Amino acid sequence: MTLDYAAATNKYEPTLGLEVHVELNTNSKMFCSCATEFGASPNTQTCPVCLGLPGALPVVNGKAIESTILIGLALNCSIAPYSRFARKNYFYPDMPKNFQTSQYDEPICVDGYLDVEIETDEGPKTFRVDIERVHMEEDTGKSLHVGGSTGRIHGAEYSLLDYNRAGIPLVEIVTRIIPGTGKYAPQVARAYVTQLRDILRSLGVSDVKMEQGSLRCDANVSLAPIGSGLLGTRSETKNVNSLRSVERALTGEIERQANRLEAGMRIIQETRHFLEESGLTRPGRSKEQAEDYRYFPEPDLVPVTPDAKWIEELRAKLPENPADRRKRLQKEWNVPDSEMNSLINAELVDVVEETIKLGAEPTRARTWWLGEISRLANEKEVAPTTLISTAFVAEIIALITSGDLTDKLARQVVEGVVNGEGSPKEVIEKRGLKVVSDDSALMVAIEAAIAAQPDTAERIRGGNIPAAGALIGAVMKATGGQADAAKVRELLLKHLGQG
Amino acid sequence: MAAISRDDVAHLAKLARIEMTPDELDHMATELDQILGAVKRVQEVATADIPPTSHPLSMSNIFRADVVKPSLTNEEALSGAPAQAEDRFKVPQILGEE
Amino acid sequence: MTNIYSTAAEMAAALDKKEITSVELTKAHLERISAVDGKLNAFLHVDNQGALEQAAAVDAKRAKGESLSPLAGVPIAVKDILAQKGIPTTAGSKILEGWRPPYDSTVVAKLKAAGVVILGKTNMDEFAMGSSTENSAYGTTQNPWDLTRTPGGSSGGSAAAVAGFEAPLAIGTDTGGSIRQPAALTGIVGVKPTYGGVSRYGVIAYSSSLDQVGPFARTVLDTALLHEAIAGHDERDSTSIDAPVPQVVAAAKRLDVKGMKIGVIKELSGSGFQAGVSARINESIELLVAAGAEIVEVSCPNFEYALAAYYLIAPSEASSNLARFDSMRYGLRVGDDGSKGAEEVMSATREAGFGKEVKRRIILGTYALSSGYYDAYYGSAQKVRTLVKRDFENAFTKADVLISPVTPTTAFKIGEKSNDPVAMYLSDIATIPVNMAGIGGMSLPVGLADEDGLPVGLQIMAPFMKDDLFYRVGGTLEAALLSKWGKPILSNAPDLAVK
Repeated sequence: MTLDYAAATNKYEPTLGLEVHVELNTNSKMFCSCATEFGASPNTQTCPVCLGLPGALPVVNGKAIESTILIGLALNCSIAPYSRFARKNYFYPDMPKNFQTSQYDEPICVDGYLDVEIETDEGPKTFRVDIERVHMEEDTGKSLHVGGSTGRIHGAEYSLLDYNRAGIPLVEIVTRIIPGTGKYAPQVARAYVTQLRDILRSLGVSDVKMEQGSLRCDANVSLAPIGSGLLGTRSETKNVNSLRSVERALTGEIERQANRLEAGMRIIQETRHFLEESGLTRPGRSKEQAEDYRYFPEPDLVPVTPDAKWIEELRAKLPENPADRRKRLQKEWNVPDSEMNSLINAELVDVVEETIKLGAEPTRARTWWLGEISRLANEKEVAPTTLISTAFVAEIIALITSGDLTDKLARQVVEGVVNGEGSPKEVIEKRGLKVVSDDSALMVAIEAAIAAQPDTAERIRGGNIPAAGALIGAVMKATGGQADAAKVRELLLKHLGQG
Repeated sequence: MAAISRDDVAHLAKLARIEMTPDELDHMATELDQILGAVKRVQEVATADIPPTSHPLSMSNIFRADVVKPSLTNEEALSGAPAQAEDRFKVPQILGEE
Repeated sequence: MTNIYSTAAEMAAALDKKEITSVELTKAHLERISAVDGKLNAFLHVDNQGALEQAAAVDAKRAKGESLSPLAGVPIAVKDILAQKGIPTTAGSKILEGWRPPYDSTVVAKLKAAGVVILGKTNMDEFAMGSSTENSAYGTTQNPWDLTRTPGGSSGGSAAAVAGFEAPLAIGTDTGGSIRQPAALTGIVGVKPTYGGVSRYGVIAYSSSLDQVGPFARTVLDTALLHEAIAGHDERDSTSIDAPVPQVVAAAKRLDVKGMKIGVIKELSGSGFQAGVSARINESIELLVAAGAEIVEVSCPNFEYALAAYYLIAPSEASSNLARFDSMRYGLRVGDDGSKGAEEVMSATREAGFGKEVKRRIILGTYALSSGYYDAYYGSAQKVRTLVKRDFENAFTKADVLISPVTPTTAFKIGEKSNDPVAMYLSDIATIPVNMAGIGGMSLPVGLADEDGLPVGLQIMAPFMKDDLFYRVGGTLEAALLSKWGKPILSNAPDLAVK
């Protein structure tokens, strides 16, 4: 009998471990001055250093050190007063020196944590993910496998290597094992990677685009019977290219391992590849005989010894933690979780905050971005923020608040701005969308409506207030919707002795 | 008792990606055994209280500014390549890894 | 009349006075090479065209009255371990046969900028591993003093070129004695500068924490001139010292050692040294005393472990440095017939392309770094390094400079030690401690051994960055010896031009 996920997690408990690699967005590479632009022609961003030519020597990119320290600080790590680079020795054609200049037993950041919140059956629950280390290393080149049936490595006739990516700074963030997540392991993993991504984005140190490979996640998981207190053999899953895949990969892997254990088979310690289409993993490099990396301190580089002063300078540069910021804004705006989550999912929190900073009334700022502007954006299949600037939105909202525009008119202004007819002022001008609130102009229309519907007017004089709706409607029609409806009502009722 | 056996050498040759002949393996094992016998005297004085020196210099924090400088051209980068195609280094199939 | 037997200083003066052109001087040297290199095999590549072009360019500048470097127009030979753009650079190995670097090493760039004319690249033990140049994949170099003997190594080609009057100056590298030992065995001056004094960028790495580039010449002053031309901070080399170059030329001219304390190292004397070697050393000590120096005896008890530590550290670093030679990006490729995978081709190439000694050291180094053995071997060797450093620091509290023989014997016969690696390693017993501590040292020719009439070298060592001190002592002693003999030591060497 095959266990499904629920059954699997009823019997076994998963222990999680996550390794995330972040490609830094420095202008130049980690150990040389080649450009790091994505998408350049093959082998046009290489030099003796990143090609590993005989005689080449590395020189550390100071900005990369800074970025790594910022990441460590944002993850509540201690910054090591003394850290060194080390050589990790193994042979692979995408690695020009056949060793990777990395860090081993003296990493730059250690002992941090990230608190991650997920929704459980019992409501929101926080898991503290302990971070063992954050260290620096360099990326490898890219190989294209040619020939063979699938174009993937197995069965290929030859490979083509592009070293543009070789040497780009990578930061590796390694968690300690994460116990006690139970069936929520996949969600915890996803939430962790999501939060990490948001923090890295807020620090401005990386593009963090999983699809482009600037954020990579390797997920380790092992199973043990619930309550046994044992640790099982773990597998490592690579090639997880999206947040959703993190969750799917772990779900699939937990199921796979549980079923193997049920069948009496043992788990092989190995690296597996995640397959997007099926949501399953397939075996990759066997880690049974772990490669001996023969680490030793990199003799071509000197130690990194950040002093307390520099660390504090960098700490002062840290922006507010994104999760904390969102909590703070939710409190300030006083909105329920559902609305906040909508804003977060639509990635509108930043623009709404900006629009409010420009003077817009908060509730309107949220409703307009989440409502009308998002609707138009969906129609055009673009992001809302590309349609109209926060300045313009703030301007339009200000006009609504002051009464110069009704909601209905404002919608037309938004439409006009989005269509490229100009700024809100220009659209209002061109389309003549100003609210008519001049009393005398309104009285003209009101008297005309009364004259056209004398019976209705009589009923109103008699105390039938709801009847005013018909006359207000007539005035609105006559003014092309530009009359201030509230004002019309006020004047009309007054005129008919009811205001 | 030999410090290093023929099997050890075979394993090391694999780690170092050098395809040695059986003859070579035999000779290498004997020679290395001799050499190791001579060099292991470092253990006599390498007590716990002595810190290791991995570098003659005491410098630290040698960094460069994050500024881009010209790279080699594609031709220059590929100039030593035993084989190339499509502006890339052409290498034999990478087997046995998957 | 200036000719190939002149010193570099004399050639520079003649060029400056326009008594001779650089083209004439260069031609004379190219003719000499043509005449004798068949016997010596000092050169792997002679750049006839390039040298004459460089020479002509300097002559043109001089004709225009442009200000030139002190050695502008003087020819030089460069050990084939330094990258020279567009010129074959082999490191004495088959694995790099035909490789033409797309870039210049810093030292070569400096020589070019200074107008020093590069005649060609010289022979060496493969990847600098050896003490006789017999490990070259291109045949050994012969010692100009006796063509049945080695010139030492690994910079044997450079030493033979200078001793054989093929060039007045040469560049070598020294990791465990590879400049000083050949200098001693060929009767010329050779210096290993303080580690970090000369850039390693573009120098094919053997043992990164020990390698240094240094000058060869026939006189102390010539050596000093070349030292100043190549030394200095290089931002491309993270291990390069950012401090002014010691004033070695001034020191070489000083001719005064009054009041200096000269330490004789107890452990580097006695029965382990050939009688004729010891005799010449003792005479030099007497001359130094006569010149006003004070002799003190110092003890460096940990030196006896230095050789063992060296043969753990150097192979370890080399095993990693040489991993890049895998046929993927440059150099030899063997076995790529379409049926073999990358790993097989790598292994076949390295088997075919590396010589015996190189393979031996790679395997030894791989072992010393491997998991389980690191502490016992590499780790312990690093501790011996600390002890050797302390021995020197202690000795330098008692003396300004230290002296010892350079080698235990005079030049040995080709083939004599090549089958006994340990015997070969013992040639470096006096030179290795200097590299381990990172200080600098000079080999000065101090006479011929009575038994065999072959050159003897005295080693002079100075504290870190105090290279000027051994130039001062060397220059003074050289003058005293010249006074004593009445003619330069090399005039005793056989005339190679004789058929």
